[in-house]
Amino acid sequence: MSIPSTTRSGLYPAALKTAFVKLHPRALIRNAVICVTAVTAALTTILALRDLMTGAPGWGVTLQIAFWLWVCVIFANFAEALAEGRGKARADSLRATKAETMVKLLASEDSPEPSLVPSATLRAGQLVRVDAGDLIPTDAEVIRGVASVDESAITGESAPVIRESGGDRSSVTGGTRIVSDSLILRIVAEPGKSFLDRMIAMVEGAERQKTPNEIALNILLCGLTLIFLIVTVTLDPFARYSGIVIPVVTLAALFVTLIPTTIGGLLSAIGIAGMDRLVRANVIAKSGRAVEAAGDVDTLLLDKTGTITFGNRMADAFLPAQGVAERDLVHAACLASLADETPEGKSIVDLARRMQPELAAAEAGGQPVLFSAETRLSGVDLPGRTLRKGAVDAVERFVGHRLDAALRARVDEIARSGGTPLLVAEGDRLLGAIHLKDVVKPGVRERFAELRAMGIRTVMITGDNPLTAAAIAAEAGVDDFLAEATPEMKLEYIRREQAGGRLVAMCGDGSNDAPALAQADVGVAMNSGTPAAKEAANLIDLDSDPTKLIEVVLVGKQLLISRGALTTFSIANDVAKYFAILPAIFVAAYPGLGVLNVMGLSSPQSAILAAVIFNALIIVAMIPLALRGVKYAPGSAAALLRRNLTIYGLGGLIVPFLGIKAIDMAVSALGLA
Amino acid sequence: MQDLLGYALFCAVLTAAGWALAAHMSGVFAGRRNLMSPVLAPVEQRFYRLAGIRPDNAQGWKAYALAVLAFNGLGFLALYAILRLQGVLPLNPAAISGMPPDLAFNTAISFVTNTNWQAYSGETQLSYLSQMAGLTVQNFVSAATGMAVGVAVIRGFTGPKGAGLGNFWADMTRSVLYVLLPLAAILGFALMLQGVPQTLQGAANVTTLEGAGQILPRGPVAAQVAIKQLGTNGGGFFGVNSAHPFENPTILSNMLQCFSILLIPVAFCFLFGRMAADRRQGRAIFAAMGLMFVAGLLIIWWAETAGNPVLNAGPNMEGKELRFGAGLSALWAAATTAASNGSVNAMHDSFMPLSGLVQLVNMQVGEVIFGGVGAGLYGILLYVVLAVFLAGLMVGRTPEYLGRKIEGREVTLAMLAFLSMPLGILGGAALSATVPAALVSLQEAGPHGLSEILYAYSSAVGNNGSAFAGFGAATPWQTTALGLLMLLGRYAIILPMLAIAGSLVVKSRAPVTAGTFPTHGPLFVLLLVLTVLVLGALTFFPVLALGPIAEQAALTAGQSD
Repeated sequence: MSIPSTTRSGLYPAALKTAFVKLHPRALIRNAVICVTAVTAALTTILALRDLMTGAPGWGVTLQIAFWLWVCVIFANFAEALAEGRGKARADSLRATKAETMVKLLASEDSPEPSLVPSATLRAGQLVRVDAGDLIPTDAEVIRGVASVDESAITGESAPVIRESGGDRSSVTGGTRIVSDSLILRIVAEPGKSFLDRMIAMVEGAERQKTPNEIALNILLCGLTLIFLIVTVTLDPFARYSGIVIPVVTLAALFVTLIPTTIGGLLSAIGIAGMDRLVRANVIAKSGRAVEAAGDVDTLLLDKTGTITFGNRMADAFLPAQGVAERDLVHAACLASLADETPEGKSIVDLARRMQPELAAAEAGGQPVLFSAETRLSGVDLPGRTLRKGAVDAVERFVGHRLDAALRARVDEIARSGGTPLLVAEGDRLLGAIHLKDVVKPGVRERFAELRAMGIRTVMITGDNPLTAAAIAAEAGVDDFLAEATPEMKLEYIRREQAGGRLVAMCGDGSNDAPALAQADVGVAMNSGTPAAKEAANLIDLDSDPTKLIEVVLVGKQLLISRGALTTFSIANDVAKYFAILPAIFVAAYPGLGVLNVMGLSSPQSAILAAVIFNALIIVAMIPLALRGVKYAPGSAAALLRRNLTIYGLGGLIVPFLGIKAIDMAVSALGLA
Repeated sequence: MQDLLGYALFCAVLTAAGWALAAHMSGVFAGRRNLMSPVLAPVEQRFYRLAGIRPDNAQGWKAYALAVLAFNGLGFLALYAILRLQGVLPLNPAAISGMPPDLAFNTAISFVTNTNWQAYSGETQLSYLSQMAGLTVQNFVSAATGMAVGVAVIRGFTGPKGAGLGNFWADMTRSVLYVLLPLAAILGFALMLQGVPQTLQGAANVTTLEGAGQILPRGPVAAQVAIKQLGTNGGGFFGVNSAHPFENPTILSNMLQCFSILLIPVAFCFLFGRMAADRRQGRAIFAAMGLMFVAGLLIIWWAETAGNPVLNAGPNMEGKELRFGAGLSALWAAATTAASNGSVNAMHDSFMPLSGLVQLVNMQVGEVIFGGVGAGLYGILLYVVLAVFLAGLMVGRTPEYLGRKIEGREVTLAMLAFLSMPLGILGGAALSATVPAALVSLQEAGPHGLSEILYAYSSAVGNNGSAFAGFGAATPWQTTALGLLMLLGRYAIILPMLAIAGSLVVKSRAPVTAGTFPTHGPLFVLLLVLTVLVLGALTFFPVLALGPIAEQAALTAGQSD
């Protein structure tokens, strides 16, 4: 679900307004570095006003410094508001689906007469009936009936999905709409605790708690702030000893430019934006912790079906029996499959048509024989021809005799390679075999190679026998596979990996996946899955797309990289600020210290002002990076470190020298100082 | 050029010797037998039995820290008592009276914390008993304490999950028995061969060539000099330390002492790699320290050989022994400030301001450029934690070092430790630059006076012990303030680092993959150096600008103040 563009353009004025609202002390106190900046700004403002009233010399510069210190605070608030604003737009559209309705409450499963009650009064465990056209009031489990449900409000997917009692498709989500038939539901969510409520809270950032790494980084930033407080406070006695009296405003300017305002101001925006990236990938994180953990994942457990392969076996080759022309086999297989609507059937027709273009004109005719569990055959009865295809033993039974040795060898070869052989027969004559194969999705192999370069092991989970699994694993290029996997085996595998110090991510949907999902460090449940699976997981994929696991890992990594890059950048910036402000303060007493003015800034006043302005503007300049995230190209940690250290470390050293010089030129040209 | 070749040879020999010593030490601290075991193991075992120590009983970080504090606390009380009572105790041929309380407080702390700041002059204010039973004992055990804590911290970073940090009493005993004593014996003997006195007789009364009488103080010098260098103690037998011809008579004795200053700290880098079972990790730390050391050395060498631009009279020889000249004095100055030793063979006060700047930075970064024995390594690990935490995020994982995650607890403790340097140095020096009772200690006003204050406080908090000669440290204000700050500089690092080690050792170690932040290559070395310089040194940039930088800038501009 995308946010309408009109809402987005309205984001900026709204965020700017919120930036001022966030000046409230209660909001400021949540961010230590910015809070300290605000206190310093307030102090400077008082001094500036005093200077203004007494007409003290240099009041103009003091006033400007105070102004830019406030700008710094506003920009930091603006970044946070902007990040939150993106989530709010989506939350509003979600809230619209949470309309108050009357629902049909049932006293028991078989009670014929429902009583109408407001949806807000529903409690977990109560039974309700929903009919075609009704909104599903809150999260529930289907206990009777089959119906199609439109989940587009949650997932953005317009095609309705089937929901039925029992099995893994029994859960329905509040805010979705039933489009056919009727269902009897047992409510599973208490009021205000439904999935939709959680999702709204999540995207709004209202329930956003700081993640462990964010807390640690915050401690570091507070520590640095304290150190720079010591540096500036002790500078006053040292200067007095040297016969220099530093104006308090100058010390304030030095202090604010040294403390890590860039990362301090953008830290929460980075976190919110990271969650927002997940939301836009249609993944709901039940905690921020899971997103961080995703970046640390060492082992990915991937379901074969749907992630690695297309999920359906597809015809790969036709292998004629001895004495049969390939052309005849292809022709017969195509005719026998024209009426077959299963993916396998379609794939046989596709392959046949690709091999023999004249078959494009062939149309289903005669009497189609549909697959039945009893015969395990399908085909067509044409005038004078009886064409059948099916599993080896079923076709053997149909033709009434066994395979000859040559065809048997080919069939065995197919099985060994991990494929499924189908036999094609006309009457009692065996024409040959079709090789049905699990087709590995294009690009999967390259993706796994990328993951390997990032140090992530991929493990394929499949119910296939080990032989088939090994063949597909080799073709897809996974590092390991788990064949004939049961939920217990998955759990065991995860525990073993974790015992070796590895972090494991997996996805699942069935109730029997729940223990493994809970055990995994990052568990992604499919939205189509059972409530138990969704409860056990820490991420929920609304698209129910198992490939999403890889996206989640990348989002997690990008979040951490953005944080690290901006922190490094912020700290590296300090070098230039020292070289701007220190000579400005000391040059009057020690003219020799003019050598430290490597930027050749025009005057002490303009140097200090330029440093303060740079400090404020760099926050705004970095907002897009914080919201978008640092560009992440998969690669080894060594390559990433080299790249990011060059851009953000070295860049962080150099950029402020250029920036402060440019601002100084502008400031002195405009006569501001 | 001759100097530079000498430096290169010195560094090569030092690296080789440090590498070899690390091999020996890794066996010692693992409790394995070595060449000396046939002789020393019975001594060790008997000591354990007498003291009721079970050497294999690994302690958690709290128990280890408590043992350190208890042992050093008792050491302080004993030393304080000896210093106060030396007038009535034996082995006092010069009839020296007891030390005043504030000076004894300062001196006792100074030797227990491995600082060896000397606010007194040894030959006139200490009896032989104080020198031998007081100071020399602490020279051994304060060094051994540093080594034990260093080893314990390494175990926390590298040991198997859930293991303890080792046994303090065993680590300390083994440091003394198998490392410090044998090395000190060898060095002491070598120094005696070079002419350093080792006697219990009183001062010699001699008649000079001119016929005048002269009193030459002497005593058990060689033994104390050996351990003062090996244990990064630095407290000399004589007031002028290794500039005195009896403490440091020849070029060879000078090189031997310089080498001994850095030997164990260098070995600790390689020991780290060995204990981590990944020697590249140790080499990376060695490379980072080595880079910073050589850079500092070259700056000092350049400044001293170029001399004072105002005088234009060749190398700066003020305050230097003619025997050693600018080259060897520069090497010693770099080594003694980098390694938290504090002994001197020239007067640092008289070095060029630029050299003074390097000496100050060496100490202010927290004595992590090789640093004190053991202390340098746990000090640099503090920076490693910060560097890994800051830059580790940039590879897209929560930061980890040697497979262990650096999380909130580690960062909190690291910042706590990290705060002690600016708080102690800047806070202490700022008070000293303001309070009249403190200002009387200064020999000079202006930037050089500020450098004197700054040097004293950097030296105390960094547990270095050297001083700018003009600084009068014996006032009650300075003895008390510096005494307290020596405590801060020692234990405000030891306790958080042990806590970090204790927190890391219980974490499971993630296996190394292509996604692991590499902590052994040149890139990490560069990152570590930059972290030390940007976080450590930059904090002091403003005050350094007012002190040595202003002084140097004035000199360059041709003004002498």
